[in-house]
Amino acid sequence: MGAGHGHHLHFHGHSPVHHLPAHLKLLALVGFVLTVVLTPRTAFAAYAVYLLLVLVAQRASRVPFGYFAKRMVVEVPFVLFALLMPFVATGPRVDVGPLRLSEHGLVGGFALLAKGTLGVMASLVLATTTEPRHVVAGLERLRLPGQLVQIMGFMVRYLEVVTGELSRMKVARESRGFRATSVRAWPVLATTAGALFIRSYERGERVHLAMLSRGYTGSLPVTHPATATPAQWRVAGMLPAAALATLLVVVTR
Amino acid sequence: MTTPVLEVRGLAYAYPDGHQALFGVNLHVHQGERVALLGPNGAGKTTLVLHLNGILTAGAGSVSVSGLPVTEPNLMEVRRRVGVVFQDPDDQLFMPSVRADVEFGPANLGLRGAALEARVVAALDQVGMLDFIDRPPHHLSFGQRRRVAVATVLAMEPEILVLDEPSSNLDPASRRELADIIRSLDVTVLMVTHDLPYAYELCPRSVVLSDGVVVADGTTREVLTDDALMSAHRLELPFGFDPRTIPTP
Amino acid sequence: MHVPDGFLDAPTSIGAAVVAASGVALALRGARRELDDRTAPLAGLVALFIFSTQMLNFPIAAGTSGHLLGGALAAVLVGPCTATLSITVVLLVQATLMADGGITALGTNITLMGLVGVWTGWLVFIALRRVLPKRPLWVVPAAAVAALVSVPTAALAFSLLFDVGGTVDVPFATVATTMVGIHTLIGIGEAVITALAVLSIVVVRPDLVHGARPSLERRTLTIREGVSA
Ligand SMILES: Nc1ncnc2c1ncn2[C@@H]1O[C@H](COP(=O)(O)OP(=O)(O)OP(=O)(O)O)[C@@H](O)[C@H]1O
Ligand SMILES: [Mg+2]
Repeated sequence: MGAGHGHHLHFHGHSPVHHLPAHLKLLALVGFVLTVVLTPRTAFAAYAVYLLLVLVAQRASRVPFGYFAKRMVVEVPFVLFALLMPFVATGPRVDVGPLRLSEHGLVGGFALLAKGTLGVMASLVLATTTEPRHVVAGLERLRLPGQLVQIMGFMVRYLEVVTGELSRMKVARESRGFRATSVRAWPVLATTAGALFIRSYERGERVHLAMLSRGYTGSLPVTHPATATPAQWRVAGMLPAAALATLLVVVTR
Repeated sequence: MTTPVLEVRGLAYAYPDGHQALFGVNLHVHQGERVALLGPNGAGKTTLVLHLNGILTAGAGSVSVSGLPVTEPNLMEVRRRVGVVFQDPDDQLFMPSVRADVEFGPANLGLRGAALEARVVAALDQVGMLDFIDRPPHHLSFGQRRRVAVATVLAMEPEILVLDEPSSNLDPASRRELADIIRSLDVTVLMVTHDLPYAYELCPRSVVLSDGVVVADGTTREVLTDDALMSAHRLELPFGFDPRTIPTP
Repeated sequence: MHVPDGFLDAPTSIGAAVVAASGVALALRGARRELDDRTAPLAGLVALFIFSTQMLNFPIAAGTSGHLLGGALAAVLVGPCTATLSITVVLLVQATLMADGGITALGTNITLMGLVGVWTGWLVFIALRRVLPKRPLWVVPAAAVAALVSVPTAALAFSLLFDVGGTVDVPFATVATTMVGIHTLIGIGEAVITALAVLSIVVVRPDLVHGARPSLERRTLTIREGVSA
């Protein structure tokens, strides 16, 4: 259990970032985040440059800043964890106002926060500018095992169908006067989860029958492999390349 | 007499939970026929349909398609010959785009490139959905999804088209358009339906399934005007519809 | 418990990714044995089910609420291999489409939730199933205990990883006691909800609960007289 997950991040648009093939965006994301993760924790200047780079990428997507800002909430549980670090880490202490904090914990906590935040911000660029089905195609292009691609494809295809079922069940509960306010609501909600499982499983079986009826034997035919032009490679490469250059400048100085 | 497109003999089946749904069904459908399969809820119509392309395996009895028995080694060919359109188009349209969905069947049959594209375009054109080729299925209206579902099956160029409740949940205009599409197709059709006027309009012949057995077979007009048969099997004509006063279409 | 980017150092993240990849590869083979060519559509819909129950908020008190993690629940419902695959895909979707859980921490998250969470739950479940009476309803308490154990165990696994490759030096005991403590409380909620959910399924469709699947008896078929059409 933990904080709830939102869904549907995709923000329809026609920016250059939207038009990049998904597999390039995935590669760029991984390249950028890896660079950030490998950066020494006291290289404060580098983190400032990374932040600038992600902000530029976010602007290039022409998605309103507020849209990104609201989605940063996924970070909350681990922000709390990072904020605890100065109190619990070992090593020499420093006085910050009335508190005696671990010096090491302060730096460590900062690095956790910086790396995690940059990771979330960069991931948001991918998530908001790429349709879910294109992300699946991109992962397929990047050689994710076929079975996982199929499983993810079905999950994405039926996302709206199942969340729609879930919200209809909610309407049905509430129109009969039910309100979830305390632990007493658990049996009803758990029954909803149970009913959702039965519906999902049965739909899985029906989908399987429909697939068999059209000659499915276990793998999906690949009919249109995704392609990318050299120009697209260059555009997608800009973010990780700039980050990597920053890292190199920092470590070689 | 020629080999029937569909031949079902003594078919019986029980679901894994032990519930028996079919108790010895006999049915023949010949080339070019359009047959309605009628019967109350729970009669076993969908269960029968699932045997026609070997999704369910007969517990007793047999099914053949144009003389080819529906058995494990023939499944691929049987599934090419028998096109099944399921009741819920959401179950049938499982791919991320209309194009990918219509390609799925013929691609499994080994088609690629221009031949595949031609099939897809032709099938979507037949149901008037060519303009929607690059849309995701879940962004289409229900009626549009039903039509794409028909196209996914037409793209396999089946010998017999089996439709499970094709008119359910359609508004009157979509229902009418689908009827026009079905009439325009040059294939044998077996249509499961509760929509008796639809059966009357589209299918010269009707078969009634009740409690897992066939209880009547005749012209749709005969079946619908046999009051004793109709009431014995929970079949009711909608208010104001009387086949006696309507000329055979 | 979605670990973000940069939480663990590179060698540990890579190690976890290797473990995750091997575990998922084994699960792929195992699931094909469990479900054959039904694997993809069923695991896909089960993934969606887990994803949706994670969105279903359970009120606790004073306006706070929590949700199910679902590792043990998935294992009991569809078997451990399919559960691992489903949770892996849920994490993949959350990382790429919801920015939830770091993309470079995917291996860590799959290891913690898809492997440790699922398989701890499953092992506890089958151990209990062996000693409990062989009737479908007994899967309910077994599933509850499985859920109760699996959540803090995953938290303990996280503490171990953090000890090996954490980027901040915190005494292992501090991390472990805090993480396991909090997650034991969470595990209690998880156990109650898992039990209630399994109960609601087992009473209507016992055949769908992998952990309760009774051996199916073959029935003799009846033939009735009908019309030859
Ligand atoms: N998967 C299943 N497991 C067990 N029993 C089933 C299953 N599917 C259907 N049945 C049962 O088999 C019988 C026939 O069902 P079937 O779906 O074939 O009926 P139908 O004629 O298509 O009904 P409807 O008009 O409502 O669609 C019913 O009693 C039904 O409850
Ligand atoms: Mg039916």
